[in-house]
Order: sequence, then C-alpha cells, then structure tokens
Amino acid sequence: MSPERVTFGGWLLPAALIAPQLLIVGLFFYWPALQAVWQSFQMQDAFGLSTEFVWFENYRALFTDPAYYQALVTTLIFAAAVAGLSLGFALLLAAMADREIRGAGIYRTLLIWPYAVAPAVAGVLFGFLFQPGLGLVARGLTQLGIPWNPLLDGNHALILVVMAAAWKQVSYNFLFFLAGLQAIPASVIEAAAIDGAGPARRFWTIVFPLLSPTTFFLMVVNVVYAFCETFGVIDVLTHGGPGRATQTLVYKVYQDGRIGADLGGSAAQSVVLMAIVIGLTAIQFRYVEKRVAY
Amino acid sequence: MAPTTTIRIVLAGLGLAAAATPALAVTELQWWHAMTGANNDAVNRLAEEFNASQSDYKVVPTYKGNYGETLNAGIAAFRAGTAPHIMQVFEVGTATMMSAKGAVKPVYQLMKDAGEPFDPKAYLPAITGYYSTTSGDMLSFPFNSSSMVMWVNTDALKTIGLTEAPKTWPDLFAAAKKLRAGGFPNCGFSTTWVTWLNLEQLSAWHNVPLATKANGMDGLDATLEINGPVQVKHIANLAEAQKDKTFDYSGRYDSGFGRFTAGECPIMFGSSGSYGTVRGNAKFGWAAAPMPYYPDVPGAPQNSIIGGASLWVMGGKKPDEYKGVAKFFTFLSDTDRQAKLHQTTGYMPITRAAYEKSKAEGFYDKNPALEVPIKELTNKPPTENSRGLRLGNLPQMRDLWAEEIEAALAGKKTAKQALDEAATRGNAMLRQFEKQAGGR
Repeated sequence: MSPERVTFGGWLLPAALIAPQLLIVGLFFYWPALQAVWQSFQMQDAFGLSTEFVWFENYRALFTDPAYYQALVTTLIFAAAVAGLSLGFALLLAAMADREIRGAGIYRTLLIWPYAVAPAVAGVLFGFLFQPGLGLVARGLTQLGIPWNPLLDGNHALILVVMAAAWKQVSYNFLFFLAGLQAIPASVIEAAAIDGAGPARRFWTIVFPLLSPTTFFLMVVNVVYAFCETFGVIDVLTHGGPGRATQTLVYKVYQDGRIGADLGGSAAQSVVLMAIVIGLTAIQFRYVEKRVAY
Repeated sequence: MAPTTTIRIVLAGLGLAAAATPALAVTELQWWHAMTGANNDAVNRLAEEFNASQSDYKVVPTYKGNYGETLNAGIAAFRAGTAPHIMQVFEVGTATMMSAKGAVKPVYQLMKDAGEPFDPKAYLPAITGYYSTTSGDMLSFPFNSSSMVMWVNTDALKTIGLTEAPKTWPDLFAAAKKLRAGGFPNCGFSTTWVTWLNLEQLSAWHNVPLATKANGMDGLDATLEINGPVQVKHIANLAEAQKDKTFDYSGRYDSGFGRFTAGECPIMFGSSGSYGTVRGNAKFGWAAAPMPYYPDVPGAPQNSIIGGASLWVMGGKKPDEYKGVAKFFTFLSDTDRQAKLHQTTGYMPITRAAYEKSKAEGFYDKNPALEVPIKELTNKPPTENSRGLRLGNLPQMRDLWAEEIEAALAGKKTAKQALDEAATRGNAMLRQFEKQAGGR
C-alpha cells in the first residue's frame, strides 16, 4: 500500500485529467477496432455502393480457406524467428557493449541507429544486398556455391524477410537490454567473480535471471511487432511470394483489403489477427510472467 | 509586431489575392493520375495548355502514387464524398470501375450530354475495345496505352550469329540457350509482368480464351480457362528453361527490367512504355520486336492486348463540371496533340489520325521500336479472345496466378497442376467479386 495516496475531492478533475488520453485511445483504437468488427459482418463492393449484412459469411470463408491456415503457420514461423533472432543478437551486443571499453558511447549510439530506419527502407536495403546477380551479399553467396534465389525459393525468401525484419528490431531490443544490464548492481556480479564463477556462469546464473523482466517485456513487444508491423518489409521484398511462402496474416489483410478491395473479408482477418495477438499477449503474461523475477 | 497587426496584414494579403482572381468563377476539375518522371511532365503540360486555351475551366492534375494507390485513393475519396472529376485507372482496374455503376459517368454518355462532337470510330478499336461495352459504348477515355514487346540486345544476338530477333517461341528458347551458354550465364531471357506476358498476352496472341464470356467482356459470370493446352505447354517450357537459366525469373512486376538495361539479360519482355528507360540506359545496341508465337497453333499470331491506363469520369458531379471534362477530352483527342504526346512519351497514339500523321512524318523510320506495339495490336481484327480482359479483382488475380507460376518454375508443381490450381482459386475470386458487385 502506498504511503501517500493522492486523493481528489470530486470526480470532475480526475475525469478531466484522463479525458485527453481516453479520447485519443477511443478515437484511434477502440473506434477503428469496432469499425473493423462491424465491417467483418458485411459484404461490400469497393466503392461502398452496395452493402449486405452477411453475419459470419466472411469468417466462414476464412476458416475454410487452406491459404489462411498456411499464412497462420508462416506467421508463427516468421514471428518465432524474428523474435528469437532479434532478441538473441540484441542481448549478445548489449552484453558486449556493457563492458568498460574505450568508445563504448560511440558503439552504443551506432547500434541504436537502425531503429530510426523505416521498415520499408530496411526492406529496400536488404533487397539491394540480396538481389540475385546484382546484390553484394547475393553474389558472395553464389560464389560460395549457394544458389541464392529468393525470387523462386520460398525458404530463401523467408530467410530474407526474417533477417530484414529482425535487423531493424535489434536496435530497439539492444537499448532495453543495455539499460537492463546497467541496472544490475555490480556488487552482485563482483561477489560471484570473487567466488570463482567464470564470465559465462556469471551471465547465466546472475545476469540473465535478473534481466528477465526486460526480456519478458521485449518478448511481448517483439511478437506483436512480428505479427503486426512487418508488412512494409514483406511488401517491399517479396510481396508475399514466391508462391505464398512469405504471406503472413498481416500481409494477407493488406492484400485482400487493399489490392483485392474485399473489405469485409479483410476486416474479418483483422479481427482474427487482433484476437490472436491479444491471446498471445495474455498467454505470455499468464505463464511466462510467473517465471520472471522482478 | 503586435499579433493583431500581423493578422491585419495577413487579411490584407488574402484580400489582395481574392481581388486578383477574375470575377467569373473558374470551374476547377480535379484530375488524379499515377504518372511519374517525363510522363508526369506531359500530364502537367497538357493541363497547362488546356487551361491556357480557354478561361471557363481549370484542370488541376494531382499525382496520387502508383496505379494501385491512385485507384485506392479514388475509391476512398468516393466513399468520403470527395472524389475527383477524372481518375486515371490502369487497364486491369476496368472491371472494378465498370461494375461501380453510379460511381462513374460513362464517357459516351458524358460526351452526349455535353453536346461535344465525339466519334468513337476515330479511335483505334484495339485500344477502345478494352474500355467499351460489348455494344461499343466507350466507358472510359484511353489515355496512355502500351503493349508488350520483346526488348533485345542486338549486340548479344550478333554473338550467336543472329541479325534479327527470333520470331517463334521454339527459336527464342534455342537462341536463349546459346546466349546462356555464351556470355550470359545468369539469364538467357526474362520477363517483367510475368502473368501479362505468359497468360494474358499469350492467350490473345494465340487466339485462345483466357476466360469464358469473351474473357469476361460479356458478363461477370465468366470462368477462367487459363489451363488450356497452349498455356500449359508454354508454362511447362518456361519451367524447363528455368532449370538451366535459359529463362530466368525476374519477379512478378517490372522491378526486374533493370536486368536488361544492365546487360545481364540479353532478351527481356516488357511494356512498350519502357522505351524511354531503354533509350536512356542501355549501353548496347537494342531493338524492340514483336512477341514470339508457337507456329503449331493455328492462326497465331493474332493480335496483342493493351496495357496502360484510361481516364474515368466519376459520378455525382455538376453538369457544368461534366461539360468541362468533355471539353478536356475533345482537347486531348486533337490529332496534333495526340501525335505529339505519342512521340514524346512513347505511349501509343489513341486516334487513327495521330498514327497516320506520325507515319507520314517518318517518325517510325527513326523510331521503329515505337511502331512494334501498334503493329502487334493491329495485327489482325480482334476476336473474342483478343479484345481485352474484363475480370473482377484482376490486380489481385494476377498475384494469385503469379504464385502458381512461381510454384511451377520452382519445380514444386507441374505446369498443369499449377494452372489448374490457378484456375480453381481464380474462379473462387471471380465468384466473390460477382457476389460483391451483384447486390445491386
């Protein structure tokens, strides 16, 4: 219980104080979300000239479409790979940058930079590097005897979008990991060192558990990122192809809604996607959080 | 300076600006388009010339992103009640616009209402056919039209002893195999817009249907016939050629065109509208040639179909505004203007007179590449299979077809399996479109 609890005399002032926040959340989150739910029960032509209320028809079409399940599986693989890669690399880099080295500030700043790069731009960069025949990395791979061809090989394409999506997120994770590492009291680590624990042991038995709140938070953020915000990277690099190898749920929402002008079907997909992300976050809070040492 | 003074000065400035505009209100006509670079300049110049030619109307061109983005912007604006007067829509969006009755004003109707002189026969039928009803009523005004041609690196052809581009597909595959074995290990030939060449143009060029109901021109209840023998054989040939890079895939859209100008692919299929890109960037001898055909298919080659875009007039505007739009279209149809537009942009002339004029001026002697698409398009009078396409949701349909072609090229499916699947999935999409559009 907090020792000094601030209380307001009436309800008017607190209401006025939270009103702007509520207004923004309501206007930019709840209202569009409700619109999506409403749209998902309708069938409409592109221009909105004819609207028919179709109950669960859009959902039924969705759940009988094998392509949708394929996109779900692709998304799960994609999200696990992106979150795993970006968290792993960020932790490694943060652990390295946390040491007393000359110019640490410069390294840290440089490592944070990529976060300012827009997803689509990150996509273009990777596209250049990995373009068969022209890209720097692609030519290197070909010389090593790897027939790199993301235009036709689905696995290559998936690796490409995973790398581009993860690369961008490493900086963000790095920032949080570094802050987390610096918050760990040096005395604990020094004590372990005196007791004879080597660097690896110190890391896994002391640093990593103490870092778990940060890791947990980042896991949630990264999974949401991979599910919802990676559409730019995919659009620039692969357009969901070859075949449907890189078609994730959020990219399918875009394809069906914007290119296909099927607003009802697209809205139904958004609603399902929203439910999945809410569900995943809830699961993470329910089960993973129990193992987190705050 | 006190704030009130500032306000006064601003107000005074506004007053001056208002006084400077003529007393008679000029009717503004919004024109949304998707043209970039030199073509954007051409659009702006057309608007300026029109605005200078009379004082009642002012055409205001606005760039709204690529074709897809422009269409989406227009749809969103229509839903919000702020649609532009004129919207440039790519050819594959035709069915979407057509079925939006009430959202658009058909051009033939517009010209009639405005009392503007308008003779549909003045336009090249191979172009207007794509944008007209089966009874010949023109729904949208063709603006920039192109077709698919084969861009060839003539220097590369010389290395294998060829002085001109292969005319048939078997010859092309043979030539590409030699090129690949020679100086072009990565790519014998390639294509941009993979479905446009290998399904849409291929079907029209060989006079085989892509879909029933005259490729959808006769009704929304068309079904796909893309898995016919000609298409299956061709995709199987491509998949076979992909194995040793005699053919090398360059993606679904046109981002792979740089492989031609960079000298990586000696033969590249692309839009005739790429003329400017080739002229500006190719550091080797080049030419445009007609698409090849399979000599064992009777009647081939037939005629090609167009790509590019047309101008749609949006519905719900004032009669006076429509009058202005009609006048603008008459202005655009002027022979000298069309000929000039054709000669500067590389897009096709839309009127017969502009074509004849360019020919009489000897334009094609100097620029043979620009006559190739016209010759392809007018090779024979169009049939049911070669007039054009009108399939709902075609932009997304192309992605779906490309997915299946990719599976065939990667060796995951046979050509037959891939095209059967493409037809099944595509038909489901057509039925969905029919349902959405059929509520009226």
